[in-house]
This record gives sequence, structure tokens and C-alpha cells, in this order.
Amino acid sequence: MKSPIYYKTKKITLNVLIHLFLISVAVSCLFPLVWMIFASFKTQDTIFKDAALIPKVFHFENYYLAWVKGGFGRYFLNSIFYTVSVVIGIVIISSLAAYAFSRLQFPGKNLLFVMFLVAMMIPIPGSFVALYILLNKLHLRNTPAGYILCMINVGLSTSIFLLKTFFDKMPKELEDAARIDGCTKFGIWWHVALPLSKPVLAVVVIFNALNVWNEYILALIIFDSKGFMPLQVALQTFQGEFVTNYPLLMAGLTITVLPIVLVYLFMQKYIIKGVMQGAVVG
Amino acid sequence: MRLKSTLENYLFILPAVVIFFIFYVIPFLWVFQLGFYNWDGILPTKTFVGLGNFKDIIFNDPSWWRSIRNAGFITFIALTLQNALAFLLAWACDRQIRLKNFYRLIFFIPPILSELVVGMVWGFIIRDNPQGAGLINRGLVALGLPNLVRGWLSDKSTVLTTVALIHSWKGFGWGFLIFLAGLQTIPRELYEAAKVDGANAWQSFTKITIPLMVPVVVLAAILTVLGTMQAFVLIIGLVGGEFAGHASVPVLRILASMRYSSRFGYACSQGIIFGVILIVVSFMQYRFSKKARQG
Amino acid sequence: MRRLLFKFSILFSVFCFLFSALPGCAKKEGMAKKTITVWHWMTDREPAFQELASRYEAETGIKINFELYAPSDAYSQKVRAAAQGANLPDVFGILDTKKDFASFVKAGYVLNLASYMQENNNSWKNSFFDKALAVSEFSEGNSYGVLPGIYGVPIDIMTIQMVYNKNLFKQLGLDSKKPPSTFQELIDMGKLIKSAHLVGMVSGWGEVWMIDCFANNYAFNIMGKDKVIATIKGLVPYTDPDWIKVLGLFKDMQDAGILSDGMIAMVNKTAEQLFATEKSVFAFNGSWCVNVYKGMNPDLDYGVILPPKASENFPMAIWGGAGSSFMVNAKSENKEEAVKFLRWFTNSNQQAYLSEVTNNLPANKECLNKIPEVLAQFAKSIEYATHPNVWDVSEFPTVIEALDKGIQSIIIGEKTPQQVAFEVQKIKERELAKKR
Repeated sequence: MKSPIYYKTKKITLNVLIHLFLISVAVSCLFPLVWMIFASFKTQDTIFKDAALIPKVFHFENYYLAWVKGGFGRYFLNSIFYTVSVVIGIVIISSLAAYAFSRLQFPGKNLLFVMFLVAMMIPIPGSFVALYILLNKLHLRNTPAGYILCMINVGLSTSIFLLKTFFDKMPKELEDAARIDGCTKFGIWWHVALPLSKPVLAVVVIFNALNVWNEYILALIIFDSKGFMPLQVALQTFQGEFVTNYPLLMAGLTITVLPIVLVYLFMQKYIIKGVMQGAVVG
Repeated sequence: MRLKSTLENYLFILPAVVIFFIFYVIPFLWVFQLGFYNWDGILPTKTFVGLGNFKDIIFNDPSWWRSIRNAGFITFIALTLQNALAFLLAWACDRQIRLKNFYRLIFFIPPILSELVVGMVWGFIIRDNPQGAGLINRGLVALGLPNLVRGWLSDKSTVLTTVALIHSWKGFGWGFLIFLAGLQTIPRELYEAAKVDGANAWQSFTKITIPLMVPVVVLAAILTVLGTMQAFVLIIGLVGGEFAGHASVPVLRILASMRYSSRFGYACSQGIIFGVILIVVSFMQYRFSKKARQG
Repeated sequence: MRRLLFKFSILFSVFCFLFSALPGCAKKEGMAKKTITVWHWMTDREPAFQELASRYEAETGIKINFELYAPSDAYSQKVRAAAQGANLPDVFGILDTKKDFASFVKAGYVLNLASYMQENNNSWKNSFFDKALAVSEFSEGNSYGVLPGIYGVPIDIMTIQMVYNKNLFKQLGLDSKKPPSTFQELIDMGKLIKSAHLVGMVSGWGEVWMIDCFANNYAFNIMGKDKVIATIKGLVPYTDPDWIKVLGLFKDMQDAGILSDGMIAMVNKTAEQLFATEKSVFAFNGSWCVNVYKGMNPDLDYGVILPPKASENFPMAIWGGAGSSFMVNAKSENKEEAVKFLRWFTNSNQQAYLSEVTNNLPANKECLNKIPEVLAQFAKSIEYATHPNVWDVSEFPTVIEALDKGIQSIIIGEKTPQQVAFEVQKIKERELAKKR
């Protein structure tokens, strides 16, 4: 018989090893973020001359300048509006479709699902021009609605695919119970399937939020007026054709990253809480 | 009654299908049709060339096939290293471990960082003085391996691998998130039941975790393949261009045809061929997973 | 269930309301005043443009709406998409090659300004450097099949040359007033630079077009303009010894250690950092660098030279001409006002202001005396300037790409100049065959 001390040391060693591994990965992840934040307090001529990570003088005014010069206020609101609308749209539309693909029967189901899959795969190189012409014909060009619909479409296939994979995995018993209780299909989708799939819905939200938040090329092409542009467009003004204003760019990037970090912080709770609590509530 | 039920089922997919048809299928058909034309993207007139573009790509465009090979290599590294790392980290964070909330937050930093910052910082870490700190090479010297020192981002034999590794670093957060979500949906009772039955940690990992995670792994794998398409932004950030073809990827080639040589039709055909290749690869993964699930 | 549907419909109607509300609030922008919309991509000039716009509005009552779309790649796509949808603004810039520009003209999107330029004894035309106008000019019998005319108004000029760091010259024990004048002298500096642990030359050769520019300079120097044009026309092959000599220069520079490590993985902005932080002795860069260096290191002491000659047969040439130009939309209702505005925009007062604020070279030659010393050095060499956009014939983009990438391969020691010449010629012949 081995002594309890043996088991204890073994467990501690294992834990130490795991932590060492986790910490080394964590450091590599943290470094660029820290660098970006420190760089955002430097000036254009110290950012490259001064090799030290931490600046000697902190130029907090960079944030103010970035906010004002980039006209962040308006763009910020636009970006939040687009992100929220697109994410709500995608979550509702794709979870409905994914639920149908996973649980319901109807003719043409497999064909349609394969079509969504294929759509995920083919990059359309000229899609910007095509979308431009299409939106123009629909009188949706240079309107937020047109942009939002395009962005919903961009995230749709991947989200359906993600959600369907998880719906397939979920136990059917709860749904059966709900059906016996007299729930309709929409009721089951809303009261059972969605709460059960909180972890993956959180992934879908983060995935699409990041996607919309970082998009600027489509916005640039279909919007003519500044008033509609998202935040990323403001960042482009700091990296000119010839001159890049690095400190302001880094300050801008730091500002832009914050909301995504918040979304992630908020959403990862749901990834962790998982099925068990969800099942009880639902 | 049956009919009503089917109609109700269609209602579930209706919004998705409508958006999909208007905003995906119509542009797609337009692009598909352009693949058979010569068009510079500006003139109102296009010349029909039939399968000419496709023939040219298949037989006369070695740089295109080279970019496909490069993308294949990046995908391979991402599929193996990136997903293995993501799975390990997700598994570690799924356990009762200290600081796990901290790790969960940190591991998702790379995906949310802009490619520009990633390119600048990793370029700085890797490149030797005066362009950077040369940390990798200094580390190698410190470890007594001076003959491994090289210009990781300026040597033709290492540039693609370096790019692929940084791409994997940037992307593992997604795999981590998806695996974590997958692991969290495995009911804890299963593990407890196994414990009661006398299974050790390794047994419950191979008998419970792995089989239940197969569909999630496939999902992560397919998303990884799609993620490789985005590698081009990072490549531009790290090496500025295609590095004499050593770092070219299909999206860069498509953009080059569309933008720099104004061959819009040709770019469309390239897109279609690339799509077909992606579909075949993903389909193979799907089949493979079905077998794995059954077997 | 009913409650659910209710919730849902509320959600949906809020959604639809937001959809419709946003476009609604933007529409009421002033319709009363006449507005000219200008699209551009020049981020660094935006504040100066806005200032000029408000001055013009104060003078004439016409509102100028400068809309900035950056980065330039996305801008270029936007202009093409807008052309397809017939939504081009009154004034816009075209960033593409001459061939693409010709397509825009042929499709009827660009107004011919020749008649406006010629009014009052060519007064508007004569205010510009000839070379600045040439990039938007199509001459009689041009190979593009475009009606002869002037289709753009230059707003600045640029030249691409070599700059050298005077302090580092002194540090190396060299006379900072005597930069290398022949290619051999440059090569001979390699050893000295290497032993001092400095970087020889930097440039953005990861983005290939600057390689193309460098190669072109020496092609003009070694074989002369006529032979270069003959090559483009397909009369002289790229396997000609002169072309192999041009390609060989890159190998010589690499072997001598002149080129920075990782030169072909370098974007121009990195190159500018290295030169601005005094780590590199030479840089191959355009006149826009004056502004960049000033921002990164105001004390940098540097001189401007033509790339040192590799041959005495023909004069050295550099790329230069209009840095950016504005085109007038031929289908615009406001085209007369747009032309009037551009005429005002390019007169010497406004040009001097733009040059002063943005450190770019003015396209209007009447205000050249008002610019700083370093910038003037760039301006002086405009007489050596040439540009693919003024040659009247253009090389196939695929051939240019093969040449540029081939040179990258030479630099990393993967291919010999002969191999590259042979490969480029093969692609050239295929393109020629396709055209026939």
C-alpha cells in the first residue's frame, strides 16, 4: 500500500504541472494586450525608439485625442446598434432553423441543411460588388437595415451549424416531458431548447458580436454617409496611406477591445453554468 | 393535421431561408456566372470565355496551386496543434482547478486582438535586432542551441511554419471556447456514476469524455478549416505580402486577381474552385466523424 | 403560447422600428444648399481638406462634402462598386492602373477636362507640372482606345528616390556630402556597413510594387526608355542580357549585404521606422516620407539622392508624377460647379496651404518656392520622373507580378536572374498569345 502522502504529492505535482502549462500559455496571451495598452500611452517618437515596455511618461491624453479625432462617439453608438441587432437577429433566426434541422421533420430538410453548410465554405470574392448591386436594387444601400441584413446572413450558416451540433447532443427526454405538458413546438423551442443550449448560445453571441464589431469593409462599401459608419472605420483614420499614428491607433484599439471583453465576460458565465441549472429553470 | 404540422415546421426555417436566398444565393449566382466571363470589374461589357478561366487556373497557374498547398499546411498545423492545445486547456479549465476563471478570460484574448497588433507584437518578439527583440533566437542561444538560430520570419524554409504557428496561437481561443461549452454540457452524473463503478480518471476520460465530444471536435475542426481563410490578414501583418510565394494563401491570390490585375471573372473562378476544395475537405471530415461515432 | 407570440411580436416590432428609424433621421441633411460630394482615401489630409472646404463655402456658398474612405484597398473597391450601381459622387479619385482608369473613362464615368484646362490660353493647364497632368492624360492614338483628353486634376506630386542618413555616414567615416553616385560605390559600402552592425538599405519590398519601381529605374538606366517600352510591346524579350543585368543588380545588393535582413518581408511602414530611428543607412522611399520621418524623429538629418547609376548608357529615371488626382463624374448634375471647385482647389494659395500642412509636394508649380528644403530636393528631381501611367502602353499585370515575385526569389537566393528572366518571358508569351 502506498501512503496517503504519496497520493497527495502526486496530486500536487500534477496540479503544479497543469498550472505551469496554463500560466505559460496565459502569459503569451496577455503580453500583446499589455503591450498594446502601454503603447497607447506613448508618443509617436518614443513608441519605437523607447524599447522599454512601460513608458516613462504616461500620455493619457491619447485616449481623449483618439476619441475626439476619430469621432468615436457617433461610431461607437452605431457599432453597438449594429452588433446588438445582428446578434439578436442571428440568435433568433439561427436557433429556430437549427432546432428545426435537429428535431423536426419536413421535406427537403437535408438538402437545405447541406446548402447552408456549403454556403459556409465558399468564399465569394466579388460578394461586395454583388451585395452592393443587390442592395441598390432593393433600395437598402446606404441604410442600416441593409447592412444589418447582410451581416445577419454572414453569421447565419456558421451559427446554424454550431447550434445544430449541440441540439443533436441534447437529451430528448425534457422535450418529451414538455410536449406531454402541452407545450407547442414554439413553446418547446423557447422554454426547453434555448435554455438548455445556453453555453452554445453564448458561443454564438460572442462569435457574431466579434464578427460584426470588427467588420468595416462591407460598411465602407455600402455606406456613403459618415453617420452610418461603424467604429472600425474610425480606426482606419489613424493608419493612413503613409502615416500611421501608432499611439492614437493603440488607444483606439484599446477602446474598441473593451466592449468585446465585456461581452465575453458576461457571456462566459453561461458557458460555465452549463446545462444543469438551465434544465432546472426551464 | 399532418400538413399543418409540416407547415409549422417550415415556419422555423423560413426567416433563415429567406435571408439566405436573398443575401447569399443571389450574389453567389452572380459570382458563379461571372466565373465564365472575362471582366475587369469596371467596363459595362463582359466577354464570355466559357471554361477558359477554370482551365487557366487548373493548368497554367502554379502560384494558385502553391497557395492552396500553403493553406493546406497552415490548416494541418491548426487542426493538430491548435485544436490539441485548445482541448487540453479546455479540459484543464473544466476541472476543479484554482484560477480557472482567470484562465478562461485570458485564453480568449488572442481572438479578440486585432491582427495588426498581433502582427506587430509577434514580429517584434521574433525578429532580430534592429527590427525586434529576437526573443526566440536569444532563447535558443541560452538553451545551448545556437545552430537553430535563424530569421524565423525572413528565411524561406521557416516563414510559413512561423506564420502557421502564430495563426494557431491566435485561433485556439475559439476551439477552447467551443470545447469548454461541449465539456460543460456533459452531465456530471455520468462522471460520478463512473467513479462509483470504480473507473479512474483516464478511463472516464476515454469512455465518457471522448465519445461525447466527437461531434464537438468535428465542429471545431470544420471551423478551424474555415478559420484558415482568415489567415491572410495575419500574413500581411507579419510578412507584408506573399514572400515570393512562400506565404501566399488562396484569399491573397483571389484579392490579387480582383484588385491588382483587374481580372474579376478570373477571381470569381478562383473563389469557386477554392470553395469546392473546402467543401470536399469538410465533407471528408464529416464522413470521418460519422464513422468515428459509429465505431 | 399566446404570451410567447406576443413577446415575440413586440421584440420584432421594436426591431423593425429601429431599422426604419435610423435612415429616417439622416435624410434631412441640408437640401437647400448646393453640395458637391468628394470621395477620397487620404486619411492624413482629411483635416486640411475640411479646412479648405469651409473656406470655399465661406467664399462661394457652395458646400463641399469631403467623404473619407480608408484603407485605399477598400476605397478602390467602393469606387468600382459605386460605378456599377451608378452612384459615383461628383468628384472622386481612381487609384488603379492606367488600364483600369481607361476602363472608367470608356464606360463614361469620367469627364474630359481638356476644354476647361485650355480656357484662357491654357492657364489652368499651365499651372501644373506636365508630369503631374500626364498620368491622367490620354494622347492621340493611345493604345487604350480612349478619346484623347485630360481626365483628372492632380492635387499633389511625388517622386520615389533614395534617402541616406547623414549622421550614420559620419559614423562610418564617410563624407556626408558625398553619397554614392555609382552602383559600384553603393555595393562597396556593404562591407563597411556590415562591420558597423548597421542596416544598409530598407524599403517596403514585401508589398511588391516598390520592387517594380526600383527595377524600372535601373531598366531605364541600363537600356533606355525605348527598349523598356519595346519590351512591354513584346518586341524585346525579358531574357535580353540587359534585363538579366537589371535582375542581377538585386543579387549584387543582396550579396554585398546592402539589403536589410528580411527585406522581402518588410512593409514600407516598418522600413520607415528603421530609417527614422537611425538604424538604416539608406532607404528607398517616396516623397511622402518627409512627413513620416518628421513625425517619428524630428531631428533626423538626411539627404535625398537619385538611385546611384549602374550604367553610363542612359540617364537614371525615377518614378514620379501625380501623387493623387481627382476626377469629375461625367454623369453628375453638378459637374460645372465641381470643375469650378477643383480649379479653386488647385490654385496656388490652396496648393501652398495643402503642401504646408501635409508636407506633400504641390502639383501647382507656381508655389514651389514656398516649400521646405528636404521637400524641395524631392521636387527638383521631378525632371527625372517617369511612371508606367505615362507610357501609353502597359504591361500585363501577371507579367509585372511574375517579375516582382521573381526578384523576391532572387533576393532570398532561391532563383538566379536567368531563371527569373526565363519564367517572366514565358508568362509574357502566354499573355501575348491569349491577346492575339
